[in-house]
Formats: sequence, C-alpha cells, structure tokens
Amino acid sequence: MELLFQYIVAGVTYGTIYAIVAIGFNIIYNTTGIINFAQGEFVMLGGMTAFTLKEYMPLPLAIVSAVIITMIIGALIEMLFIRWLHKPSVLRMIIITIGLSILIRETALHIWGEGVTALPYFTGTSLSSVNLGGVFVSPQVFWAVGISSVVVVLLGVFFNFTLLGKQMRACSANREAARLCGISTQNMVTLSFMLSAAIGALGGCIVSPITYIQYDSGSQLAIKGFTVAILGGLGNSTAAVAAAMILGILESFSIWALPAAYKDVVSIAIMLIILFLKPSGLFGNAASARLKEY
Amino acid sequence: MLRIDNLVSGYDTLKVIQNVSIQVNPGEIVSIIGANGAGKTTLLKTITGLLRPLSGQIQFDGQDITRTNTEKIVLLGCSLVPEGRQVFAPMTVRENLILGGYVQYKRNQGSVVLKDLARIYKLFPRLMERETQFAGSLSGGEQQMLAIGRAMMARPKLVMMDEPSMGLAPLVIKEIFSIIRMLRDEGATILLVEQNAKAALRLADRGYVLETGKVILEGSADELLENDDVKCAYLGKVKKEM
Ligand SMILES: Nc1ncnc2c1ncn2[C@@H]1O[C@H](COP(=O)(O)OP(=O)(O)OP(=O)(O)O)[C@@H](O)[C@H]1O
Ligand SMILES: [Mg+2]
Repeated sequence: MELLFQYIVAGVTYGTIYAIVAIGFNIIYNTTGIINFAQGEFVMLGGMTAFTLKEYMPLPLAIVSAVIITMIIGALIEMLFIRWLHKPSVLRMIIITIGLSILIRETALHIWGEGVTALPYFTGTSLSSVNLGGVFVSPQVFWAVGISSVVVVLLGVFFNFTLLGKQMRACSANREAARLCGISTQNMVTLSFMLSAAIGALGGCIVSPITYIQYDSGSQLAIKGFTVAILGGLGNSTAAVAAAMILGILESFSIWALPAAYKDVVSIAIMLIILFLKPSGLFGNAASARLKEY
Repeated sequence: MLRIDNLVSGYDTLKVIQNVSIQVNPGEIVSIIGANGAGKTTLLKTITGLLRPLSGQIQFDGQDITRTNTEKIVLLGCSLVPEGRQVFAPMTVRENLILGGYVQYKRNQGSVVLKDLARIYKLFPRLMERETQFAGSLSGGEQQMLAIGRAMMARPKLVMMDEPSMGLAPLVIKEIFSIIRMLRDEGATILLVEQNAKAALRLADRGYVLETGKVILEGSADELLENDDVKCAYLGKVKKEM
C-alpha cells in the first residue's frame, strides 16, 4: 500500500513537469498553430540559468531572474526567427523549431558543459521528508506541485478574465477577425512565446532539485510534454494537466513492472497509440474540435 | 469619409481589383453589388489592410491609409464586418462584443465599452439572451448580428459589411436588413457589399456595380434599381432565387 502511494507520488512529481511543458506547447500552439519543439529547451534554460545565478544572489531572486531571462530569450526567438515568416507551412515551422532547439542545446553545452546541475531544495535538504501517513515525501514535491497549481490557476484567470488574455484567445480563435478588432496579432504571438518561455523556465527551476538538469534535458522533456499535450488534446491545457498526471503515474508504475530503461518507451508508445487511434486526444471530442475550428 | 482612387489589388500574380475608384461620403449608405467572384471581398480586405494593394490610393477621413496596417485602420474608425461572420467561436457572446470594443481601450475610452455593450444589447435583444453562450453555438443569423454588433462596439466612423445576408433564410435576411436600416437612421456611414442587389439598393443612397474587378456602373440607388442592365443581370436573378 505504501509502496503504491510512493509510486503515485513519484508519478505526480513527473506529471507536474510534463504538465508545465505541455502548457507551454499549448499556449504557443493556440495563438500561432505552431508546435514549438524548442519548448523543452526553455525548461533547461530556466534550470541552468538559475543554477548559475544562485552563486550571486539568493535562490528566489535567482529563479525570478532566470524566468525573466528565458522570457526575453523566448521573445527574441519569436522576433528573429518566426515573426518575419509569411504564412509558413507546418513542415517549415517544425524544421525551424527543431533547428532552434539544437541551436539552444549546443549553446548551452558551450556555456555550461556536460555537467549535471541541481538547484538546492527550496526548503530542507534532499534528506528531509514529510511524513504523510507512513509515506515519506520530499518537501520539494510539495513545492513543485504547489507552484505548478498556482501557475495553472493564474493562467486560467489570465486567459478568462483579463483583456490581454482575451485578446490572445481571440487571436487563437480567428486571427483575421482579431486584427479586425484592432488587436495586434503580432504582439500576441510574441507574448505567447514569452509566456511559454517563462512557464517552461519556472518548471525547470522547480524540478531541478529533484530530477537534475543538464544541457540536453530539453529534448526529452519536449517529447514527454508533447505526448501529454496530444494525449489531452492539443491546445487544451486543463486536459493536459490530467494527461500529464496519467503519463507520470503510468511511467512510475512501469518501473515497477518493466526494467527502468523502458520508462521512456511508455510515453512514446502512448503517443503513437493516441496519434493512431484518437488524434483529437483523450479528452477531445468532435464537437469541441469543431467549435475551435469553426 | 472614404475615397479610393485607381485601386489595383489581388493575390500574388492574380489581379482581382482593376482600377477601382469609389467614394463614400459621411452619413451615406453606399452599396456595392456584384456577382460571385467579382472581387467584392478582395476590395474590402484591401481597404482594411488585410491585403496590400498593388497600386492606387485609399484615403480615410482625410488620411492616406493605402499601406497602413489593419490595427491602425480600425483604430482610425474604419471597421469591417467580414464575409462569413468570423465570430470568435470558442468565446462567449459577451467576450466577442467586449473584444469589438477593444480599440476603445486603445483610444483611452475604455469607460464607454460597457455603455456601448448595453446599447448593442438593446439593438439585438437576442444577443443579450445568449450573452454567456459560445459564439460558435449561435445560429447563422445570430452570428451575423454578433459580427455586426462586434464591429459597432468600436464606434466606427465607417462600417463596411461583406454580404451580411449570405447563407441566411429570407426571414432572417429581412431582420438583418432592418437592423442595417436602424443603423442608417442613427446616422451611421455604411459601405454595404451584397449580392442581394434589390434589398441592398433599396437601403442605399448610392451604388456601384462591380464586375470582374471593375466598376461598370455607378449612380444613385434609384437610378440603379431602374437601370435595365442591372435589372436583367442582378435584380432578375435575385427574384428567381427568392
Ligand atoms: N486567397 C485567395 N487567393 C487567390 N485568389 C483568390 C483568393 N481569394 C479570392 N481569390 C480570387 O479572387 C477573385 C475574387 O474573389 P472575391 O472573394 O473578392 O469575390 P467576391 O466578389 O467577394 O465573391 P463572393 O460573392 O463569392 O463572395 C475570385 O476569382 C477568387 O477566385
Ligand atoms: Mg465575397
């Protein structure tokens, strides 16, 4: 029983980071229709930058700075590589964002080397734990789940209750009509890259103490995040959170049943199965898909 | 209000609009009629900056807007009710209308948005009933009302409508036209593009007939209604359809 719970906790922890990456995918996908394969690199950049900065400042400040720096990088990427493209094809966008992810990864290798980095635990140490009815859970898990939940709630408020959020949704619903309302769709696209980058970077910081981060952590996270985004139905962030928990827990249990090396196979297999059987995602239904494209 | 001189526009290599000159004066309802593919939508998209003209000049309210971007043109007070309504389907009716008033915030007039919302709801009581419904779940006629309401929320000096009667049942078309008449009586300046020539000309002060990208005829609405070519090519056809 306790072992079961232990697996679930581990699954939720991984699920949290997958959810963060998937939400980043969805924000950019919703405003632009682009699947940004460099999304995982934002996570890596956040974790690595915070690791460097924490030598010079307190940890919370280092994290905030890392998020802001990654956000600026996200804006620059959009302005330099995406903005001037005139109605690019999907294939071209895939190639460009994969190219960007390689570029960022190699730059990170150059700056930070191959070493593995980890931020310190936000509270306590790697040895401290919280006793939850006989199960010992690292406090960092609470930080990760807590901060991610706050992020999800804040995003919901932002998209549903602020004018800027509504503008972004309008831009994703119908770009031409948004322009006819006087909305600068170009700025919305830049903003979506900044938002995704910031969320990714924050995700990188909160999981860094648990999972460690190195220069090439991004691509693996991108695959997981992408799987989750598809599993939930591209563009649907609430569903992505649920899907992330499912994948995280499945992976966690797979270690129990299969050799650890097969952990990643689980997510790839799920992604392929979903793509074959239900490309609209686990929670996507035809009606809502139609509403979106209308 | 709007003055177009020798406008040439189209897509890549295809010139759709060829040397079109059109004028709309303040307080006027001007109608552009033309068959499928005449270039009506292309013309309106070019005016609103969604398409770049190849040559010619567009002036709005005394300003050259030939190469101005759409956001700026809307801010200046020139709004378009696009063909096929183009409402924000996954957003509520209310959100659609608020976004229509977005330029008011840019003009630092954000305080009037809610007042205008009430005005639009008075004009379209049906939209008020469906305030919290997703725009995509509305009927075609309601979506058209929403599209018109959304454009009016910007308090445009000129509102252009691209085939507001398209794909609607005769009874609904009547309703839409009575709303346009109401806007006219309130003093709005309207450029109305229609295939439904008879109804459009009955409402308009003046009209232009567009054929394969050229203005082949222009005059007062009454003149056009009486014109034999128009009767034969547009009014007769419309009668048969209805
Ligand atoms: N995106 C596009 N790319 C290339 N050609 C286009 C495009 N849109 C329209 N056209 C062409 O431009 C011409 C005029 O089209 P337009 O939509 O302006 O006509 P319209 O008068 O609005 O017709 P309708 O009454 O059917 O709406 C047509 O021949 C059409 O094939
Ligand atoms: Mg048209």
